[in-house]
Amino acid sequence: MTPLGLYEPGGSVLHRAPAGPKLLAVVALAAAVVVLDSPWWLGGLLTAVLAGYVVARVPRRRWWPLVRTLVIVSIVVFAVQWWLLGAMTAATVCLRLVTALAAASLFTLTTRVDDVVSTVERAVGPLQRFGVRPEMVGLLVGLTVQAIATLSGIAGEVRAAAKARGADRSPTAFVVPFLVRTLRHADQLGEALAARGTGDR
Amino acid sequence: MPAPRVSLPAADLARIVVFAAFIAVLGIFPGIYFGASGVPVVIQNAGPLLAGVLLGARRGTAAVVLFLALTAIGLPLLSGGRGGLAPFVGPSGGFLFGWILSALVAGLIVSRAAKPNLPVIGLATLAGLLADYLIGIPFLGAYIGDLGAAAVQSLVFVPGDLGKVAATALIAAVVHRALPGTLPRTASSR
Repeated sequence: MTPLGLYEPGGSVLHRAPAGPKLLAVVALAAAVVVLDSPWWLGGLLTAVLAGYVVARVPRRRWWPLVRTLVIVSIVVFAVQWWLLGAMTAATVCLRLVTALAAASLFTLTTRVDDVVSTVERAVGPLQRFGVRPEMVGLLVGLTVQAIATLSGIAGEVRAAAKARGADRSPTAFVVPFLVRTLRHADQLGEALAARGTGDR
Repeated sequence: MPAPRVSLPAADLARIVVFAAFIAVLGIFPGIYFGASGVPVVIQNAGPLLAGVLLGARRGTAAVVLFLALTAIGLPLLSGGRGGLAPFVGPSGGFLFGWILSALVAGLIVSRAAKPNLPVIGLATLAGLLADYLIGIPFLGAYIGDLGAAAVQSLVFVPGDLGKVAATALIAAVVHRALPGTLPRTASSR
């Protein structure tokens, strides 16, 4: 549905696994990582997550930036934690961080945005009797992605206008007109939606 | 329509959607990694405050929730092109969840006030920032196993955040003056 996702196409077991259980697994793992204190358990979980990267055949150009970020963040976090709380705690915190971030990124790399949207639509299905409409989920996602494109265009215009006035140094000369035009765009979108009967209850 | 404009669900929906997109566009400004916790300093975190102050508590909070949901399902909307679940389970994840409370608190304060003037908006944005800390710091504390250390590490963000709060309040006050009535603080308390 959208080209700006972080999904990496593939055909592995992890790619084919349904989004709902996969999401629950990541949430459970993140909770476990925060609760667990033993470096051995954390190391085991991290090994399992890394095995997931191998199974999913994540290409190097996707995992390499992730490794770089994790290493930099880990070094900084380790140094501070060591100084404040000792080496053992520092190692545990770093293991937690790396495991949770690696697992969450693996989910994002192997799951299409569309699949998550339809999973959410199905998950809120039972709430229909309380007035929740599942088809709104996809509509909201689509509308917002479109609004991001529109607002990016507006931001460019406003910035060019501020530059033309020689006011490109002033933050208010950019943000205020940008916000005013953003809210105007919201009014137009609201009228367009009302004309199509969206949002009527 | 001659009748006074009532706040239609469609209009609410549009505001929520467009403001979620606005927060995303704020993320185009580059983030600066600063301090020890790997939490980037960004102007994107002014977005939830603006959402609360300009849209009111209900719609502002909804806009922030929508933005965070889109990020979590894998769109790279956070500053620096980050997205997916990782930012939420990382050490700074609490500050993202805190945005929801930020918008709620800022919106409630503005809609309770008789007039959205600068002192009220300033108070609302400051309270919104504190609400974000209220979620973010204990989350970081749970991560590193020491609440005090988390609070100390977060101190580096306070000067920058206070600057952002002041700028946000000034901007929101100007926008409230520029568009009187279209920013319904009465309807927002609904």
